[in-house]
Amino acid sequence: MRRLTWFNTTALTLGFAFLYLPMLILIVYSFNSSKLVTVWAGFSTKWYGELLQNEAFLNAAWVTLKVAVISSTFATVLGTMGALVLVRAGRFAGRTLFSGMIYAPLVMPEVITGLSLLLLFIGIGLDRGVFTIVLAHTTFSMCYVSVVVSSRLVSFDRSLEEAALDLGCSPMEAFRLVTLPIIAPAVISGWLLAFTLSLDDLVIASFTAGPSATTLPMKIWSSVRLGVSPEINALSTLMIGIVAIGVITASLITKRATLRQQAEERAAVKA
Amino acid sequence: MRRATLILVPYLWLLALFLVPFLIVLKISLSDTALAIPPYTPTLDFSTGWQGFKDFWAELDLENFEFLTTDDLYWKAYLSSLKIAIIATLFTLLVGYPIAYGMANAPDHWRPTLMMLVILPFWTSFLIRVYSWMGILSNEGYLNQFLLGTGLISEPLTILNTNTAVYIGIVYTYLPFMILPIYSALERLDASLLEAAEDLGCSRLTAFWLVTVPLSKNGIIAGCFLVFIPTLGEFVIPSLLGGSKTLMIGKVLWEEFFNNRDWPVASAVAVILLLILIIPIILFQRNEQKQREIDG
Repeated sequence: MRRLTWFNTTALTLGFAFLYLPMLILIVYSFNSSKLVTVWAGFSTKWYGELLQNEAFLNAAWVTLKVAVISSTFATVLGTMGALVLVRAGRFAGRTLFSGMIYAPLVMPEVITGLSLLLLFIGIGLDRGVFTIVLAHTTFSMCYVSVVVSSRLVSFDRSLEEAALDLGCSPMEAFRLVTLPIIAPAVISGWLLAFTLSLDDLVIASFTAGPSATTLPMKIWSSVRLGVSPEINALSTLMIGIVAIGVITASLITKRATLRQQAEERAAVKA
Repeated sequence: MRRATLILVPYLWLLALFLVPFLIVLKISLSDTALAIPPYTPTLDFSTGWQGFKDFWAELDLENFEFLTTDDLYWKAYLSSLKIAIIATLFTLLVGYPIAYGMANAPDHWRPTLMMLVILPFWTSFLIRVYSWMGILSNEGYLNQFLLGTGLISEPLTILNTNTAVYIGIVYTYLPFMILPIYSALERLDASLLEAAEDLGCSRLTAFWLVTVPLSKNGIIAGCFLVFIPTLGEFVIPSLLGGSKTLMIGKVLWEEFFNNRDWPVASAVAVILLLILIIPIILFQRNEQKQREIDG
């Protein structure tokens, strides 16, 4: 009984208009030549030009990118290990505490995570800067990676791995040659998730950054607090564009990969 | 040996960077404010041995928590956060359910696209999505321009810097969290049940209330918790869209820490916020557990 009644059509149209109109307006008005953001005065790309000359923004963008790449990579390694522990390691002392520590950061308010990490860094006398933001981001995003990867591991057929072991692989080889390729899509989406979480984070970075490092969200924050500005509109448009292209490409690639994998599996069954 | 390494690395990482920091917050919430660096006493000095530890322990007290109960700013902020989070969650449900319903009933080949359209905003910057409403809701904003232009109103509406703007911001940013669990519950719904209800004389609307809603209950509950829990400690939305009268505890904590530099009180605020959050988190976990058991 899949039918597109007038009710469903209206709900979908209004719903998606609500989700996308604000961003669409932002994009359109980023090409507004007027300094007064809400008054349309003609098409112009001058705010993009100004943005590219704004050293403070470029520096902040560079810091953010660095933090995001490093922290999401660490988070993916640690998070995948965490998922293997959750799903594979069986019983060990302190298992409940471990799974608690994996799930708790997901629901922890950011202000508390930020505050607690800052107090730790000050307590042990660590100079705050890019390094401390990386530590903070790695910690909370590894938990997201763990959740994503463990959901894939649960549905994973262990007999494949056992077969590899029986055929003479070492456990490490079996992991590298069998397990990793199969959980790879989940590991990649975990990395992407960690990467965007890090790019996006304002609150935790503000607590843990210290005076020496400023990330892009922190820079946007301090400018946005003063009101709407055409430069921020231009910056937002660039960020929305990059994300949209990234997400669409990623989903096309995973779709092709799954289709290929399914085809290979079918071929293997026949052979 | 290998298994031990596998367990120890993430374990120690989380102990050092999640549990220990949290214990520090707990400890500082029991300390006294001091005009020093760090701005609280007592500090634990391991060189003084057991006696030092006992002295340290004796100096911890619940003074900050007593302070929180005497100054009505704090409990008002907790109550107001709860109120805003509950109302915003209900609004999100009202907006999200029809969208999820529409998606679940859309033709099969549309659904991957619709799904991606719901997830896409989630990947774009939270800060930017909140910011996009500042231009819409301000006095000279696009919404007021539109309404004045069509002649629906003659005076601009004041929406930005009020609680209304905060509700709009929350519904907008957390909508995907509400849609996705409800959609996945509705998608699994067996359409023949609805046909049976209609055959047995239910109207479409009654069938919806008696069959669809109860069967999507777990999705509704999950969605509500996914919106409610992060909203309670929200900082960005009330700071950007709310006014000086919008009291939310995340904002109070931030101001206590950065503006007043009162670390012990900020820590006490954090501890209480977590205590409040424990209940919905446990209820959410139970709901998920139940869902997993049903799924087998």
